[in-house]
This record gives sequence, C-alpha cells and structure tokens, in this order.
Amino acid sequence: MNNGDKDHAALAQQFNRDEPRVNWHDETLWWVRAKRDKAAHTIPGWEHLRETASRIKNNVLSNMYGYLQQFEENARKNGVIVHWAADAGEHNEIVCGILQKHGINKMVKSKSMLTEECHLNDYLQQNGIEVIDTDLGERIVQLAKEPPSHIVLPCIHKKKEEIGELFHEHLGTPEGNADPQFLTHAARLHLREKFLTRRAALTGVNFAIAETGEFVVCTNEGNADMGAHLADVHIACMGFEKLLPQRKHLGVFLRLLARSATGQPITTYSSHFKKPRKGQEMHIVLVDNGRSVQLGREDFRNSLKCIRCGACMNTCPVYRRSGGHSYHTAVAGPIGSILAPNLDMRKYADLPFASTLCGSCSNVCPVKIDIHDQLYKWRQVLMKEGYGPAAKKLAMKGMTFTLSNPGVYRFAGKTGRWVMGKMPFIVNNKLNPWYKQREMPEPPAQSFNEWYKKNRKAD
Amino acid sequence: MTVALFVPCYIDQFYPQVAIATLELLEKFGVKVVYPPDQTCCGQPMANSGFEHLTHSCNELFIKNFAGFDYIVCPSGSCTLHIKDHLHHEKEEEKAGQIRKRVYELTEFLTDVLKVEALDARFPHKVGVHQSCHGQRGLQLSQMSELVAEPFSKPGHLLKMVEGLELIELNRVDECCGFGGTFCVAEEAVSVKMGKDRVKDHVEHGAEYITGGDMSCLMHLEGILRRQNSKVQVKHIAEILNSKQ
Repeated sequence: MNNGDKDHAALAQQFNRDEPRVNWHDETLWWVRAKRDKAAHTIPGWEHLRETASRIKNNVLSNMYGYLQQFEENARKNGVIVHWAADAGEHNEIVCGILQKHGINKMVKSKSMLTEECHLNDYLQQNGIEVIDTDLGERIVQLAKEPPSHIVLPCIHKKKEEIGELFHEHLGTPEGNADPQFLTHAARLHLREKFLTRRAALTGVNFAIAETGEFVVCTNEGNADMGAHLADVHIACMGFEKLLPQRKHLGVFLRLLARSATGQPITTYSSHFKKPRKGQEMHIVLVDNGRSVQLGREDFRNSLKCIRCGACMNTCPVYRRSGGHSYHTAVAGPIGSILAPNLDMRKYADLPFASTLCGSCSNVCPVKIDIHDQLYKWRQVLMKEGYGPAAKKLAMKGMTFTLSNPGVYRFAGKTGRWVMGKMPFIVNNKLNPWYKQREMPEPPAQSFNEWYKKNRKAD
Repeated sequence: MTVALFVPCYIDQFYPQVAIATLELLEKFGVKVVYPPDQTCCGQPMANSGFEHLTHSCNELFIKNFAGFDYIVCPSGSCTLHIKDHLHHEKEEEKAGQIRKRVYELTEFLTDVLKVEALDARFPHKVGVHQSCHGQRGLQLSQMSELVAEPFSKPGHLLKMVEGLELIELNRVDECCGFGGTFCVAEEAVSVKMGKDRVKDHVEHGAEYITGGDMSCLMHLEGILRRQNSKVQVKHIAEILNSKQ
C-alpha cells in the first residue's frame, strides 16, 4: 500500500472520514484492552510479574554480546545453521539464498513482524519466489495487498463483510457470504493445500533461549507448526533482542504475552523448536537492522525489551482512532513510534507526535518500557536535529520570546482577547484547526493578573 | 506557611475564575497565598513540541518568580508535572531542584499537605470527573485502570465532601480526552474524535457538569460541547470545591 508522503495526521484524518467505522475500530480494540485487564486481574502478582520480566530483559540488553554467542554456539550444536544479518537487505538475501540453493520457488510463512520490517515478501516476489502467509489475518491482508495494521491482529481494520468479498474474489466462496465460521473453513481448506505442497516454511521467533539454543514460536492457529513440520527446510527469522538467558525464564514471559496481547491465559500453541528432525534443514537468521544502534542510544535502548504483544496499541486512544496504517511503518502504535525513528528519522519524524503522551501504553506494557517518556524524548531529538518544519520552529521561537517576557506576554494576551471579543472572525475561520469542530473559549473581560491587581493589590 | 500561586497561562487569559477559586479556596484553609505577578508559562507547549532546548529563558523566569516559597500550588496537573519533570537551569540548579520538590497540583496539596477532611461547599448537581492524564498517570492523583492495584482518588476524595454533589459512573474511567497540547491542532481529526467520545461517555451517564483538574482538557471538551449546543457545562474542580450554590 502506498501512502505517498502523507504523515500520521493526514492519514488519521483520512481514517476519520468514516466516523461509524472509527467507532467500530475503537470499540473492537477497547474490548481487547478490557479482556487484557480482566486477565491481568485474575492472576496473583501481575505487577510483580511485569517487574520480573522487565529485569530479565534488562539483563539481556546489558549482556547481549555474550548471550548471542552462547545462543549461536548451542544452536549450532543442535544442528541448526545460524546466519547473521546486519540489515534488512542481508536478511532478505540470506533467506532467498537458502531457498534458491534448494531450488524452491514457493514457501509458506507464519507470522513474523521482522519479515514485514524487512519487506521480505516483496523481495522474494521480485526473485520469483511466491510466499503464502498462513496466519489467517496475515493471509487476509495479503489477499487485499495491504500490510498488517496491527502486530497481533493483522486484519483488525477489516470487517467480516469485506473479508467475505475478498474470499469470494480469491478463494471462490459464494458472493455475500460473511459468516466467520464458513470463511474460516474456506481459509483452512485453502491453506491446507499450501501446507502440504510447500517444501520450505519460514517462521518468526517469540523467544530464543541462550542456554539451550532453542526457540519458541507462539501462535493461536498452529500454522507455524503445520508449516515447519511438513517442510524440508525451516527458516526461523528473529531480531536479536528476542533472546532470554535461560529456559526457566519462559515461565515469566509466556504468562505475560498472551494475557497482555488478547487476554488469553496462553497462546493455543507455544511450540519449542530445538533441532531439525531427520532429513530436515533448520536455519536461524539473527537480524540486527538498527537494533545495535538503538542499543547504543541510552534513552531508547530499553525499547528493545519489547515482546510484541500489542497491548500498547489496544490501549492507545490515538491508535484506536487512527488505525494501524496511519503509522506507515511495519510496527504501528506507540511502540512502533519509538522504534521507527531509529531506522529513519526523516521518514518517521511525525510518529512520536502521534500521541497525547497520556501514558496508558507504559502502564500496560508487560516489560515496563517507558513508552510515553521515550515519545517525549524522541520529539526532543528530532526537533533538535532539524527534522521539524521550519514554520514550527519559527512559531516556537516566537512563543518562547513572548513567554519569557512578562510585559510582552500580558500585552499579547490582552490584544488576543480583545481581537477574539471584537473581531471573532479573525480566529473563528477555517484556517484555525481548533475552530473546525470546536468553539473557541469565550474571552473574559480581564485576565487573572488584571483581576488580582484590582482586587488584591491593596492587601 | 506561604504558598505561591502558579497560574497556568491559559487560565490567566481565558479562565480567571479558576485562579480566583483556587486563591479563595487556599485562603479558606488559612494559607497565606502570594501571587508572583510576573509569571507567564511553564514552558510545556514548547517542550512537548520537541523544543525543550528553547525553554531556557522561560525556566529562568519561572525560577525568578517561584524560588524561596514553602510550596507552589497550581490548579493544573499538566503544568505541575512539567515543572516537576523538566524545570532545570544550569546556573540555578539548586533553586530549580527546590521548586521541583515543592510544586503541588491543587488537589494533592489539599489532600496530602493540608490533609483536608471537610469542606464548606455545596454543588447540587450530577458531575462526571475527567481524569486528566498528566495529573492521573504522571502525578498519580488517582489509581490507573491499567494497573492491578488498590483504587484511590485524590480529586474524588475531595468531591465526596461537597454537599449535594452526585458523582456519575463512566464506561471508561480514565481514557484521554485528546487535548494533548499542540496535538489538539496538529492532529485535529483524532483529537476531536477523542474529545467527542469522552463527552459522549459523560452525557450518556447523565452528567450536568464535567469537572477535572486541568482546564486545558476541559477547554477542549467545552469547545466540543458548545459546538454541539449541549447544555452540559465544564467546571474546574477548584470552582466546585469553592462553590456555595
């Protein structure tokens, strides 16, 4: 999907043209947030669990070098082929190379936000390799030729009627049938054929264990298992921050992940992969793609604690009312807005401003990332480095001048209120974004400062 | 005890009655209140827009106005939080540090410092409370719905002392209203939609008034209510706590 050069505000405005749809999107995701609250309240020690997870991840970030080496060594001992990719390009070349070596031109893929981040599907397609996404939500957006709008619920922006139409067009289901059970069954039959005929399967990685060299993939549909178990070649791609030191730490993270994401106690499948079965080839691609740069940014490094549960999106009042695509990046929402500027400050300078800094994201985060504080800090970095519009900078300088000089401030305030009172058309017009859908405050006859001078000066 | 009254710029210019109510309320409890007349703004509009590096002279002025008082009290959670988190000055860091420690939002000053347990106030209306995020999640004036923790509310504690006042329940107890400083114009579409949804929650539950600790959020909600020709009004919590209807 090409959004051109539109920024978050423009794309959000586009999304808001259909208010009933915004209501539906907001309420759907709020329902997920409410489920998360319920799940969090049903187990003892939720806040303690978050704190523990945060500390484990802090340990990982502080010892990344050692854990990565340990993981690689153990994975190799298990018979897995380990690759290192410095960036998205290298990642794509490695995956393509493995497939070409085996003469494979068709592959199934379970959910992996990393491959979205790297735009793997486009790259493989350009190299004559067909990729079928097997997560139902991802398959739906793939058929619609759109990117996922949510990291856990990729097609949450689509209504069932729209999915019915897509399936009618691509899978030959009867026109006008939007029954979820019927459509799911149609998808199942369609995907079953792909699973049985593809020789290679790519999966993401939720957690990788340094101590054992194994990795865990969490799905609700079992599609990662279906792909990996039937294929001759299993490629697992992971951002290097997915590491955990020891297997026992999984107990903390598996308890947090699904409860934070959807309010389920655990994902239907939490599959552990350790070594290739007889005759199978297993690859792990460890990807940096800006992560080591982020690790070096003191204020932003702990964004790498993220376990991609999507709770910050579900709770975000802006995300719920602007939709995932308005963030024009693979990982949308609050977490995406602190990850994306690390990759490209110019392109994503708008994202840290797509927030009211309400702080709800930081409170739901299962690994306690200070998301809203980082949004504030990214704003400072981006503006200081000149990624803001020149007009904004000028306006801010003017404002600083006014607010630093009490006389100028009082004069400007008095003049402003006089103009608003006597010539309201100067502010009440379409050039004023406030006035478009809101009334301006009614200017009082005197400021508090003036009132105080008249009424209390004599005290 | 001498308290300096810190009046946010938009209250000074557009809602003087909120500052008057704050002043009168503090005086009712026997506090000596000083209003430094040369105050302007805390600098938050620039800082939240990414220009904290331009707030140097604003900080200097703030320190000049507010250094040396026992407490600084402000009828805004947002401005208080900004000072608490971001007031710095390389030459006056000691004074800045003192101010950061001594600045209080009005309701937390009433409950935590003055330990108010009774109020001579009457406001016989159905009232919805809008929890402004910076006061709630930043200053922790009330428990946050995301956390698994004991509920409490400092503004709620005070409102319960007002005679005749009936607090209404809301579907979403602490959803942001969408004001967000410059967000309200930079992201106009989402800001307004958030405000409309917040207003709807209050109206559907029968609120006659929407109150809160931040006039900026209330100004945004008021703009929407007035555009809808609604009879529902906004009132800052200081006005209600100081009310004798």
